Amino acid sequence: MSAVIDAHHDDHDHHGPAKGIARWLFTTNHKDIGTLYLWFSFIMFLIGGTMALIIRAELFQPGLQFVEPEFFNQMTTNHGLIMVFGAIMPAFVGLANWLVPMMVGAPDMALPRMNNLSFWILPFAFSMLLMTLFMEGGGPNFGWTFYAPLSTTYAPDTVTFFIFGVHMMGASSIMGSINIIATILNMRAPGMTYMRMPLFVWTWLITAYLLIAVMPVLAGAVTMMLFDIHFGTSFFSAAGGGDPVMFQHIFWFFGHPEVYIMILPAFGIVSAIIPTFARKRLFGYDSMVYATASIAFLSFIVWAHHMFTVGMPLAGQLFFMYSTMLIAVPTGVKVFNWVATMWKGSMTFETPMLFAIAFVILFTMGGFSGLMLAITPADYQYHDTYFVVAHFHYVLVPGALFSIIAAVYYWLPKWCGRMVDERLGKTHFWLSFIGVNVTFFPQHFSGLAGMPRRIPDYALAFADFNMVSSIGAFIFGFSQVFFMYVVIKTIRSGRPATARVWEGATGLEWELPSPAPYHSFSTPPKVTAENAH
Amino acid sequence: MTHNSQSSQPSQPSQPTQQPQHGRTVLRLAGIVVGMFAFGFALVPLYDLLCEVTGLNGKTGGPYEYDAAALQPDRSRLIKVNFITNTNEGMPWEFRSEKGGVRVHPGELKSVNFVVRNPTDRVMVAQAVPSLVPFSATKFFHKTECFCFERQELQPGEEMIMPMRFIVGRELPKTVQSIALSYSLYDITDMARIESAEEQRPGPNLDSDSVEPING
Amino acid sequence: MQPVTHNRRGGLRRLFRTGIRSGARVGGRTVAARFLTGIVALLATAFAYGDDLNMPVGVTDISRQVYDLHMLIFWICVAIGVVVFGAIIWSVLNHRKSFGVEPATWHESTRLELAWTIIPTVILIVMAIPATRVLIAMYDTGGEDMVVEVRGYQWKWEYKYLDDDMNTSLRFMSNLATPKDETYGKSAKGEHYLLEVDEPLRIPINRKVRFLVTANDVIHAWWVPDFGIKRDAIPGIINELWAIVEEPGVYRGQCTELCGKDHGFMPIVVHAMEEAEYDAWYAEQQQQYLALQTMKDKTFTHEELMANGEAVYSKYCASCHMANGQGVPPVFPALVGSEVVLGPKAGHIDVILNGRQGTAMQAFGSQLREDEIAAVVHYKRHAWGNDTGDVTQPADVVALKSKEG
Repeated sequence: MSAVIDAHHDDHDHHGPAKGIARWLFTTNHKDIGTLYLWFSFIMFLIGGTMALIIRAELFQPGLQFVEPEFFNQMTTNHGLIMVFGAIMPAFVGLANWLVPMMVGAPDMALPRMNNLSFWILPFAFSMLLMTLFMEGGGPNFGWTFYAPLSTTYAPDTVTFFIFGVHMMGASSIMGSINIIATILNMRAPGMTYMRMPLFVWTWLITAYLLIAVMPVLAGAVTMMLFDIHFGTSFFSAAGGGDPVMFQHIFWFFGHPEVYIMILPAFGIVSAIIPTFARKRLFGYDSMVYATASIAFLSFIVWAHHMFTVGMPLAGQLFFMYSTMLIAVPTGVKVFNWVATMWKGSMTFETPMLFAIAFVILFTMGGFSGLMLAITPADYQYHDTYFVVAHFHYVLVPGALFSIIAAVYYWLPKWCGRMVDERLGKTHFWLSFIGVNVTFFPQHFSGLAGMPRRIPDYALAFADFNMVSSIGAFIFGFSQVFFMYVVIKTIRSGRPATARVWEGATGLEWELPSPAPYHSFSTPPKVTAENAH
Repeated sequence: MTHNSQSSQPSQPSQPTQQPQHGRTVLRLAGIVVGMFAFGFALVPLYDLLCEVTGLNGKTGGPYEYDAAALQPDRSRLIKVNFITNTNEGMPWEFRSEKGGVRVHPGELKSVNFVVRNPTDRVMVAQAVPSLVPFSATKFFHKTECFCFERQELQPGEEMIMPMRFIVGRELPKTVQSIALSYSLYDITDMARIESAEEQRPGPNLDSDSVEPING
Repeated sequence: MQPVTHNRRGGLRRLFRTGIRSGARVGGRTVAARFLTGIVALLATAFAYGDDLNMPVGVTDISRQVYDLHMLIFWICVAIGVVVFGAIIWSVLNHRKSFGVEPATWHESTRLELAWTIIPTVILIVMAIPATRVLIAMYDTGGEDMVVEVRGYQWKWEYKYLDDDMNTSLRFMSNLATPKDETYGKSAKGEHYLLEVDEPLRIPINRKVRFLVTANDVIHAWWVPDFGIKRDAIPGIINELWAIVEEPGVYRGQCTELCGKDHGFMPIVVHAMEEAEYDAWYAEQQQQYLALQTMKDKTFTHEELMANGEAVYSKYCASCHMANGQGVPPVFPALVGSEVVLGPKAGHIDVILNGRQGTAMQAFGSQLREDEIAAVVHYKRHAWGNDTGDVTQPADVVALKSKEG
């Protein structure tokens, strides 16, 4: 740490955090808000995980044992919504809050008050969503993709709460994104040029643009639903000249970029962790940036690959097949670059590195199944089966989620000034790694064998796979409770961390003391090509 | 703590430091909002246009103008046209075509009768929604007259014969040998009642011409 | 392949030697090699022998083409995976700080990056060619021998034969036949648990059958894995599929688009028959159809009505109102002690015929024959402790229909 930073740290000691609950309610500090986001997403993760375990418990054996189909559908729907909008996305926003200002050498986010608002909307949005489960008629039961007319004409009355909840989440995401863009564009320290920014900053910049582009589309979709349900319009009903298929086009025009919103920041995290523990600079920084940008661009022109079975002219099918296959190219570049970064490095395998390597391998497997799904004729056999479930869980759990866990292990010493007990961290890693594969790998097979997704009961041929999958899910689920224990233990009684924390770490955040002071970089640091990332 | 972003911005020293012009920004943003709102409304016709051009979803076109004298059937080809009739869930009407299907030469004018009956004891309004496969035939399936161009209102117990006349265009791709045309009948009594109330007409007696044909 | 060629300055030989050197130190090479061979062998075994583990080859030309395509892409993925994961594992085993390895300082190589952009693109093109070919073959819908309309309902399928004289005389509903007791573990599950229906779709082999797929309420999807075809059934929109089945047999599939409560309970069973056998069956069905048209003129006894009514009830009503008539309030009301059921007969029949607007209650007027409606109405009025003491005959339904008409 440099003397300059120390001096400023002292300057600001007199206005540290407020005391008590007011600190969290009214905070405009990026670190506090980052912490709020991260804990909120963890709570949501546990709620969504509980729903997943209810689903897996029901699917442990054929037949209906624990829940009725009606409730099962509510579980699958809410599990999806909560994990996507409540766990993964807020976790990434939390990481962005903590890290982006420290990485670009800014004192805080550009719009601190809006930052507070965008977080505090979320608890209300999710309360609104979750309380429907206790209302008459039950919560949303039409899948997280809420296809019309199941989600309009045939929906439970509580769908209005769901719509309002989605609106609020969307508002929160848009505000968060504006904030991140404004911070990155305007508040970089001198010398922090675009091509010197850490990849986490780059990927979040691109993600934020994606969010701003597509969240209004989602808001539009749910607004049209609202009007169809309550105000007699027929956007999605053929009776009045509308079209139920149009809903799917609109939804997936949002939905596909949304998928990348949940994976691009993960690329950034992994691109930070692997060089640190390989003690070698990231291979192909420039191509990483360009690959991220191309993935973001392609994400806008592939949406209909989610709808290959909907019935489209041949030319449409071919276009969406080719454009989808094309995504494999920039994604492949990224994977190859990570491998090249490790190659001939001097590697050590602390917990964050283990999660990062598992990310590269398992995300690539998700990519392979994604490539298979892109092939339209074969997709007819995969579509809406457990093969798809296996695919997107491979990119979201050992993909997005592992990257978030890796990020927590990697930056936690910087946040709280204490080191994680490596023995506990590695135990958590191996439990998660085994759990995730035992859960999701068999699902490839049950899907290929013909098991549709979103069913509460299944034919006997699928019984073995489902039993294995359920066992894995419980291992994975409870190892995340263990994760909570590891994190709390670290915060309370971990060994003190140094400023650099990891031997190979580079980047501005490591030049701050650990824990990072409440106010950092009040005077911008000098950034050179060496210390930028 | 709100730091002045200017102070942490020397990374772009070329940018002049001046008072931001809020008025212009607000105007611009308002313009964007209006534009987005308009675009939202434009989406529906745009989507319809897209469907019409590409034949997506089998949406068939509106009334087709033709010159009876100029019709020249292509006797070398015989195209099978199947008719599928369906009443959507909650629609109690009986609805069928007099023939399950016909065989036509491209370029030939053909007429088929559809029979519809309202078995309930209330006045009801229905809209027939057409859909056609294969998609590649959509552009060449011309309806000169169709009950689906307008809403249909039936008195309790009323039965009606509705003709549909069509020409399969001579330009129909050679690969298309059979066409299936489906009509789904939807109950739109409530929707029609709301609209007629808005037009301050005593519902549900609607003049069919007072109501815009919804599905071209 | 790429991460290996990456070391091209030293060439593969040097790489190999390095490997042996460090491998000797930790047994890394043997571990890596064993690991990779193990994975490949495992996958090969799994996919070669386990029918349950892989996509069915199926019984149509299209389904076989799709299977080949699937396997082609799968093996390409395995090949890429072996290279990429092999490089990772190699690196993890050998390039460790604990071995005193000094990290290399290079961090970019335009040639290498170009290579791993261009090579995957070429691989993709190689994959796209057969994929396009199969897709075009699937879109060749013309020249069919017969047409079947497939209509999805919550939660059953209806099949209509649009036969050559283009009458729609043969149509029937296809419902799940698995008893609820099996689902709730009260009796042993049969071999085709959840994949059995009361009335399968029957088609002949070796004829091109065109399926016109649509739905009545929400979106469903019709899928028979062995035919290699799946299409969404969308209300108001019609989709088409076709198949030429080459082997007689019973083929099973399921609805594959979430369509509400009983999405998991609306299987598809297609019985592909020898052509002569099919023709005989079809002729017989037409005879029966004509015979059934006279059922509405008959008069039944209480016992007949109860027996028929129970059959109809378990097929059409029990999924919502439950086998014991208790329903799932508030969405699906109980029939035991219900005002409608215990009220006037005509009102009860009317609800069955025309449904209830704004509720989940469908109109069964077009799905059920008069004698079926009469039987089920009679059954409900006398089952589970309900006792109205009256008798409902087909004539009552006919009368009501004509009165309305």
